[in-house]
Amino acid sequence: MNYKQLILKNIQLESQQFTDRVIVSWLGMILLIVVLVGHLIYLQVFNYEHYSMLSEKNRLDVRPIPPIRGLIYDRNGIILAKNITSYRVEMVPEQVPDMSILLQRLTPLLQLTANELDGLQKRLLRKKLQHRNFDRVLIRDKLSPEEVASISVYQHRLEGVYIDASLTRFYPFGEHAAHVIGYVGRINEQELKRLDEVQYKDTEFVGKTGIERHYEPELHGEVGYKKVVTNAQGRILQRIDQVNPVAGKDLYLNLDIDLQIKVEGILANERAALVAIEPKTGAVLAMASMPTFDPNLFVNGIDHAAFNELRLSPDRPLYNRAVRGLYSPGSSIKPFVGLAGFEYGVRKPTDHSYCRGYITLKNNKHKYRCWIHKNNRGGHGAMDFNQAVEQSCDVYFYELALDLGIDNLSEFLNRFSFGRKTGIDTFGELAGLMPTKEWKTVRKRVPWYPGETAIAGIGQGYTLSTPIQLATATALISMKGQGRKPHLVSSIKYKKEKKTEFIASEPMTVAVKNPATWDEAIHAMRNVLHGKRGTARDIMYGSSYQMAGKTGTVQVVKIKQNEKYDASKLKKEHQDHAWFVAFAPIDNPRIALAVIVENGGSGSHAAAPLAKQVIDYYLKKQKVIP
Amino acid sequence: MYNKGYSFSIWHWDFLLLAGLIALSVVGLAVLYSASGNSWPVVKSQLIRMVLGFVVMMALAQLNPRTVALWTPWLYIFGVLMLLAVLFFGTISKGAQRWLDIGFIRFQPSEMIKLTVPLMLAWYFSERSLPPSGTHIFVALVLVLFPTFLIVKQPDLGTALLILSSGLFVIFFAGLHWWVFISVLGLGGVFVLLAIYTPVLHYLLHPYQLKRVHTFLNPESDVLGAGYHIVQSKIAIGSGGLYGKGLSNGTQSQLQFLPERSTDFIFAVFSEEFGLIGVVVLLTLYFYIITRGLFIAIQAQTTFGRLLAGSLSLTFFIYVFINMGMVSGILPVVGLPLPLLSYGGTAIVTLFAGFGLLMGIHTHRRMLG
Repeated sequence: MNYKQLILKNIQLESQQFTDRVIVSWLGMILLIVVLVGHLIYLQVFNYEHYSMLSEKNRLDVRPIPPIRGLIYDRNGIILAKNITSYRVEMVPEQVPDMSILLQRLTPLLQLTANELDGLQKRLLRKKLQHRNFDRVLIRDKLSPEEVASISVYQHRLEGVYIDASLTRFYPFGEHAAHVIGYVGRINEQELKRLDEVQYKDTEFVGKTGIERHYEPELHGEVGYKKVVTNAQGRILQRIDQVNPVAGKDLYLNLDIDLQIKVEGILANERAALVAIEPKTGAVLAMASMPTFDPNLFVNGIDHAAFNELRLSPDRPLYNRAVRGLYSPGSSIKPFVGLAGFEYGVRKPTDHSYCRGYITLKNNKHKYRCWIHKNNRGGHGAMDFNQAVEQSCDVYFYELALDLGIDNLSEFLNRFSFGRKTGIDTFGELAGLMPTKEWKTVRKRVPWYPGETAIAGIGQGYTLSTPIQLATATALISMKGQGRKPHLVSSIKYKKEKKTEFIASEPMTVAVKNPATWDEAIHAMRNVLHGKRGTARDIMYGSSYQMAGKTGTVQVVKIKQNEKYDASKLKKEHQDHAWFVAFAPIDNPRIALAVIVENGGSGSHAAAPLAKQVIDYYLKKQKVIP
Repeated sequence: MYNKGYSFSIWHWDFLLLAGLIALSVVGLAVLYSASGNSWPVVKSQLIRMVLGFVVMMALAQLNPRTVALWTPWLYIFGVLMLLAVLFFGTISKGAQRWLDIGFIRFQPSEMIKLTVPLMLAWYFSERSLPPSGTHIFVALVLVLFPTFLIVKQPDLGTALLILSSGLFVIFFAGLHWWVFISVLGLGGVFVLLAIYTPVLHYLLHPYQLKRVHTFLNPESDVLGAGYHIVQSKIAIGSGGLYGKGLSNGTQSQLQFLPERSTDFIFAVFSEEFGLIGVVVLLTLYFYIITRGLFIAIQAQTTFGRLLAGSLSLTFFIYVFINMGMVSGILPVVGLPLPLLSYGGTAIVTLFAGFGLLMGIHTHRRMLG
């Protein structure tokens, strides 16, 4: 009994102790639950706003809708730059069940080259490193309709592969007017820093050169947005709100693509540039730089081989000679130098110089020779302004320049935009150079020599000008100083507001003390073509209209010999550059132009006939002549 | 002789426990429906597991605890052998070796060990006088730590923690001296602190476990990497607010920002969609079930029954607390499901099996004189 009681007591004791511990642990449990609930109150009540906002931010995404780029038309409404639908094939690597099988299937369908596969692997790796889940990776762009069809047919066997249609830039005239229009290309890292981050979200292309670059703000348009609900993979589930993008503005150019093609045909096979301007309005009718290139190559990224071919070609097709080509203006500058002499009162039109073939300067044995002396024909004899321009006498202008002084000469020529940018509305125009004494002491750290003034009088030496400058100056002379700045764009069409804004070019005027001197200059230039001894008189035989012009023949400064050139090319490189500037008809100028043919020979033989063809074509087209 | 005066028992079922479990299962299926993106197949397969679990529970409820006690040592030996087999021949899945592939079925021995460890310890102490001596405690610790060690090796930190605590609960209920208990708790705390703030952990844990600890200490440091789980689940819970966004309306879960939302992180879905009020109701339900389990333990007549019931009930609480703690960001992520809510195979059956044992203990009592 005793023993049993002991057991019983033990059992009771044990049971009691157990119950105590259960109660303790039950209380402990309540304590932990309180801690947990407290924490949840902290999250769900006190921090509700914070987490609610984070959850909204997770869920809502603002996606940009890039605007459609504006179009470019010529003066007759012919489209020069448009947007076409281009198909590209992409993949979402996360959705591809087996990459090697997929590539095995894609390779024959798209004829993927080893190079392309290599590029694809690099893009895949880059995406992986950037942790950009479910982003699409480009496989091939610019698909042909057949490729689009074959991908669509086999879509069910190509899991994770998508065809995407997007707009891409297309230049229907290809290499024609390529330097004027320029081109767009994919936005690069430098541009990314320069461009407005918001406005360029999801935009692929940006103008790289030409009109496309200069008018980038107008052409681009305004980005739109859509507010969407997305899942964690970024897939759009629902659209909540949308602000439509505003398409870029359309540009209408002054350029006449028909004339442009004609000009390019006339200049074909030369390294040359021609700028034709309507003097009254400053409208640039044609602006050619030859050789040219196909801008479509650049839109989706040009491959290395093709780019190097363009870049390394000795003919430099990418270089826009019309606004960036720096050449000595040579004799084509003489009418302007003559005007400077009248303006500063150092010459009257009737004043004569005596050309005995050369001049010499004080304390210097060097002979500054007239071109006629070099041709072993002695000198021109007595020359007034009219004769000096007609026959392009150098001695007259040597002496005139020496009497003017370089600073006066430069100041006057600056008014015609020599040594200044004309302000034409395209990318990359260069100012050229009109030297002064100060410029030389600052830049060359040596004083100015009088001989340098003499040769500046015939457009040689330091003076550098571009075809657009000479065309602008010629147009200005034709308008007797009342011209307009050269301008490529004539109007901008605002699609949203449904209005067209006409762009009148800014006036460009040169005032002279004696307006009659304009007539002297124009008359002298007329004689170049119509005078008995005019340097370019040959081209006007039998013409029904009157033209004024000036030839220029520029000695090519010793060019560093490039060993890659072959022998026949080398010889060509040493020939003179040929200039010709002209306008017509004289009494009512419709067209003014400047043309340069690099290493073409003399201005009268290499450049003037080409200019005549262009002017003939344009005047006929405009029904000025039959 | 059985069950007289207990109106809630028919065929050895405990209706109070049963009601709680059914209520919890219904809530679980509803949340799972939402968390799975309204997928009936997922809900159906979970329902099938629950039904299977119920069957196992009913079957185990029929067993007299005395019979269970007789089988216990053999079950324990069998379980440990299986764990060793996993270590050498197991299948690797998601970087962990937990499965034993025996041709027609994939079997997870650590699930079985969850029950055999508390069974073994309850049996061991029931054969000895209480409070236990130092030697007995030492033997008990070896019986717990050996399988725990094997599971840590797999590695499955969550399950190892559960098994360790189920064993420690038995030792605690067996009458371990208070001062020993408190000092062990204290030492454990110091160890954990040391482990977290010194390089000791680098030798003990797998890289992925180590990463989880670091992430726990500072989840925002790696929002898109390892911290993503915690950051997103806190957003889900917090944005649920007081009332929640409504069933199937949680944006965090429905839009798939929340990872593992139908398994370990289902509590975040629940909190987002039902809010704080829902969470309190859910906790009350768990609290009710655990309290009923502890009540069964107090009423148990044998030492074996008492220790087993007490340990199983508290382990169930640990399950709930660790899961909710890790999902809400007060505990590191150890990879434990939320019992009866998370989607998952064997664990549900094991849970119901445990409740079957509890019912058996309660309904096989003998009326005393």
